[in-house]
This record gives sequence, structure tokens and C-alpha cells, in this order.
Amino acid sequence: MSEHLDPSVQALLREVMEDEYPLLLDTFLSDSEARLHALRQAHDARDAEALRRAAHSFKGSCSNMGAPRLTELCRLLEHQARTGELTPVSVLLAQAEQEFAIIRTLIESERQRHP
Amino acid sequence: MQSTLCILIAEDSPADRMLLATIVGRQGYRVLTAGNGLEAIMMFARERPHMVLMDALMPVMDGFEAARRIKQMAGEELVPIIFLTSLTENEALVQCLEVGGDDFIAKPYNSVILDAKIKAMDRLRRLQATVLEQRDLIARHNEHLLNEQRVAKAVFDKVAHSGCLNAPNIRYMQSPYALFNGDLMLAAFKPSGGMHVLLGDFTGHGLPAAIGAMPLAEVFYGMTAKGYSLAEILREMNAKLKRILPVGVFCCAVMLNLSFQRRVVEVWNGGLPDGYLRRGSSGERIPLRSRHLPLGILDASCFDDRYEIYPMETGDRIFLLSDGVLEACNLAGDCFGEGRLLEVFALNRQPDLLFSEIQQALSAFRGEAQDDVSLMEVHLMEEGQLPHSPLIFSDSGQNASLDWSVSFEFRAETLKRFNPLPYLLQLLLEVEELRIQGSVLYTVLAELYSNALEHGVMGLDSSLKRDAQGFAEYYRERRTRLANLCDGYVRFHLDLRPEGKGGRLSIRVEDSGPGFDVQRMLERHALAEHLSGRGLKLVRQLADRCSWAPDGRGVCVEFSWPARHNPADRPSAQE
Repeated sequence: MSEHLDPSVQALLREVMEDEYPLLLDTFLSDSEARLHALRQAHDARDAEALRRAAHSFKGSCSNMGAPRLTELCRLLEHQARTGELTPVSVLLAQAEQEFAIIRTLIESERQRHP
Repeated sequence: MQSTLCILIAEDSPADRMLLATIVGRQGYRVLTAGNGLEAIMMFARERPHMVLMDALMPVMDGFEAARRIKQMAGEELVPIIFLTSLTENEALVQCLEVGGDDFIAKPYNSVILDAKIKAMDRLRRLQATVLEQRDLIARHNEHLLNEQRVAKAVFDKVAHSGCLNAPNIRYMQSPYALFNGDLMLAAFKPSGGMHVLLGDFTGHGLPAAIGAMPLAEVFYGMTAKGYSLAEILREMNAKLKRILPVGVFCCAVMLNLSFQRRVVEVWNGGLPDGYLRRGSSGERIPLRSRHLPLGILDASCFDDRYEIYPMETGDRIFLLSDGVLEACNLAGDCFGEGRLLEVFALNRQPDLLFSEIQQALSAFRGEAQDDVSLMEVHLMEEGQLPHSPLIFSDSGQNASLDWSVSFEFRAETLKRFNPLPYLLQLLLEVEELRIQGSVLYTVLAELYSNALEHGVMGLDSSLKRDAQGFAEYYRERRTRLANLCDGYVRFHLDLRPEGKGGRLSIRVEDSGPGFDVQRMLERHALAEHLSGRGLKLVRQLADRCSWAPDGRGVCVEFSWPARHNPADRPSAQE
């Protein structure tokens, strides 16, 4: 699981958030869905600037949650959006959606350990 | 104890916001949160947090705009803004700083670094608050101080300007704020119509320098009005300043006693630069040197009130100056100095212009205005040319009795150190009808007393005073004989009676001397215009009746009222 969701970061977050750790996980999941949705919309609308901003914000959240691969994918998306060349974006976006699906599964099982 | 630090977190990502709020909250700070820039500024306006953690990219209003507005609202207060960002482009980082951001923190958050940054920013914030507080405090103190100075100056001006600095025989140059440089100019008419003048320079600047001026002026005016002599006033001023001023604060001063009628000036200089007596006829310049310590240093028992006496003629001028005149600097840092001053004296052709020539030389020399310069010119005028200020009384005088007599005998030990004239004058001025004649009474008492003391008791020969040299000799001899006096007396008999609708005062003065040839004296005085001759002639002019005892050891003068003629019409009302 370490390449998807860093266990040391999860330990730290559990320590910091205490009882609110599950709430943080829920919030991250729903926020991430919204952000992926926004990325997809920007992509479909060919709006490079909106794409860049959304990727940038999502990157911050992912780094805070200890999701290194998803963070890296966001970074690449942000970088690509800045160049204005959107063709490679659809591949990156698909990879990000796939990565998030894995993370969602991992977080949901984590969530069950911390009801 | 400071109130808990309150931190506003503006972050649009709910997970990040929740995480950050929890970290900051766990560190013991009060936390406010906002989901975008607009919410952040509204929250700031309502809650006035001490610090803001601000995400750069947010919907509705981004962090840059929110930061700019928050800095604007905060005004002079430092509200640190730490940007939360994983921004990597330099341009964006520069933009953070340009809108007023104070620091950055990158995602993912590290609670240790976050806390260190919050603490560092809090120190900066409190430092700024302290600086502002102290700046405001200083501004308030300064305003307070200026206000106090205004009040002090207003009060002091009332006291200082009660004198006669504007008399036509005085010219002076002084900064309006000289009081706070410690400079002081006082002038007042004596009851006899003569004039006391004082130029003083207190050590230091500001209020401490000004504070001594008030009691000094009070003593000067109060005692001058009551008829006290130069020496007595100096003694009292010295004793008072010594008593009230802290060690190291004192007053350099020169004091003049001008007697227009007797045509002499008495000079005492303690610590001021040389003044000058400049003869109108010959242009001769006599320095008036400091021969004493300033006022306020010596104990009363050590104080030396000896003064110099110079005969003075119409057209003679006295110049007094503070050390600000000699120390006035030009742009190169050179002092004006005594040499340049004496050069102005030497070059002068028209005595009337000398004062303005000195002023011009000073301003030409120093280039820019300096306000610690005090310069004064006093000259002798013909009797009767000066306006006369009436004596001022604090009571109405209507309760005094009109029917009494009293006798005094002042013996050697008393004559040495006590001046009975103010005492006698105050006794007489209890009577309302005599007040209008106060100056005349004082002049007559003073003449009779000095005759009795100098010629009667001490046997001095007034013919000595025929010329300037003899004049100095006379006063030297007077001082020696007075110091060694061991017997003798002067008696005053005052007798006051009602008479018709008015009354009559008779004053008889006797002394222990051998007496003198009254007839010869009067004949000589009728002719003479020399320095000794004015006194008795004057008494005869002033009194309604005047007679001498046949043995020449006593004299009796009378005043009646209602006055037979208006005292103001008498030419001698001046002295």
C-alpha cells in the first residue's frame, strides 16, 4: 500500500486528528471526487487554466494525505496544463482517476478500522 | 498575559482546512476558518485575528486579493500572512510577497515547522505592536510636553511682562521661546522712579531651565515694587534659587539699578559675559565684568552682594548680553566671540545705531537663525521722559487709621545690614490718601535717609562726588565706613493727623552726626550742578514744607492733602 498511501503519514494524521481522523478521511474522499470531477470538466472544455488550478489544489491535498503517486500525477497534470498542450492530459487524467480508485479502496478499509 | 493568539485559516480544500485547523488548534491557538478569499476578509473584519494562514488559489476571491485587502484593513498593525502553497514558480512567490505576504509554508504540512513559523511571526507582530505603542506614547508625551510649555509660557509671560521692558530707554533682542533656553529679561520701575534691570541665563534647556525663572521674576518685581535695594534683591534671589534649585542648576545674571535722578548705575554681574557701559560723549567703553558666582550657588552667608557704581549721563548706554551672543556660530563652526563684538563697537559712528549694528553683525555672521541670543541696551534718559507706572496695591487701604505717630531709632548694627525704607514705606502706604504720593514719599525718605546715614552718621563729604574719580572714591569710602560702623543712629518720627477734610504727614529725621551748616549747604546746592547737589534740592521741591533743625542734625518735611497741586505735574515725580 505504501506507494499509494504512505502509512507513516497516515500514522501522523491519526495522531494529529485523534477522534476526527475518520472525518478527515471522509472529507478527503468527497473533496477528491469533486476535484477529479472539476479536472474532467476542465479537460472536456479544453480550459488549460482551470485545469492547472484544479490540478494544483488537488496536488496540495494529496500531498497532505500522503498519496505520493496521486500527488505526482497532479504535478504532471499541472505542468502539462501550463504548457497549454492538452493532448497528453487525457492519459494523465485517466491514470489519476485509476489511482484515486485504489486510494478510495485503501481509505475505506482504513476507515473500517477506525469507525 | 497576552490573550490567546487567534489565527485565521483561509483554505478552499476542506480536508486541508480541517487538517491545518486541527494542527494549529492542538498547538494552543484559537482558530478561525474560511473557505475562500471573500469569506476570509469578512471573517477578518469581524474577528480581527492576529495572523492569517492563506491559500493562494481559491475560488470566489483568491488569496492574493484577500491578502491585499486584509493588509489594508490592518493599517499600521502587523497582521502576518503566511501563504500556504506548493507554488514553485518564482513569479507566484513574488506575487505573494508583493501583496503583503510575510512568509510561506509548503504542503504537505509539517507541524513542527508550522509552529516555528507561527511563533516567529508572532514575535515580529508583538515587536511591531510595541514599536507602535512606544511611538504613540512618545507622540503623546511630546504633545503633553509642548502643551505644558505653552501653559508655562503663558503664565510666565504674565509675570515677566508685568515689568517695563518696553520703556523707551530699553531695547532688547530675545527669542519668544527664550524662556526655554533659560534666558530671562526683567525690568521694573522702582517706587522712586528709577529702574531695576536684570538679564539672566539659567543653566540647561527646556522646562528645568524655565522653572527657576518664575520665582526669580516674582522676587525681582515684588521687592522692586516695595522699594528694596539692588543688594537686598540679589540676596533674596540667590537665597531663593539656592533653596529651590537642584545642584548644578543656577542662574548667571547681571542686574542694574539705574537712578535717573542721582544719575548713577549700580551693576552686579555674576557669571554673564562682560557687559559694557559706553559713554555717549567720549565713546569710552567700560567693561562691566562678572565678579561673582552666578545666583543659586552660594549659601546666603557666603553670598557677595557688592556691586560697582558708575556715574551716568544722558546718552550713556549699557549693553548686556547672554553668552549666546558670543557663542553664536557660523556655518564653519566659528564663534562670534568678543573680538567681533568689540569690532562693532569700535566701528560705530552713531551711538543710536549701535544696537542694530550688533544685531546685523550677528545675523550676517551666523547665517541662520539661532534663538538662544539675548541682547539688551539700556540708556539713561532725562528725568520726566519716562512714563511712570503706578504702584499696585492688593488692598483698598480704606481701613487704615489717620491719627497716629510712631518713632524708630536704627542703630549701628542695624544700619549696617538693614534697609528700613521698604518697611517705613509700607507703613505709610497703608493710608489710602498717601498712596497717590507713594513715589514722592519714597524719594524723600530715601534722600533723607541717605543724607542722615552718609553725611550725618558716617561723616562722608558729598563734595567728593564732583567728578567720576571722586565718585568712585566716595562709594569705596562709604562701604568701608559702613562695614566698620560701631555707633551712631538714624531716627525717624512719623506723625499723621487728620486736618479738615484731609490730613497731614510730618516726617522728622535725626542722626547722630555733628550736624552741618544748613544755610551754606542750601546756598551751595542752589548753584551746584555737580553730582552731590541734587538730593536736598529735590526734597525741597517735593515736600509741601521742609525745615532743618538749627544744629543741622535733623530735618522735618511735611505733606498735606488734599494735595495742593497734582503730584503728576511735579517734574520730580519721576524720582
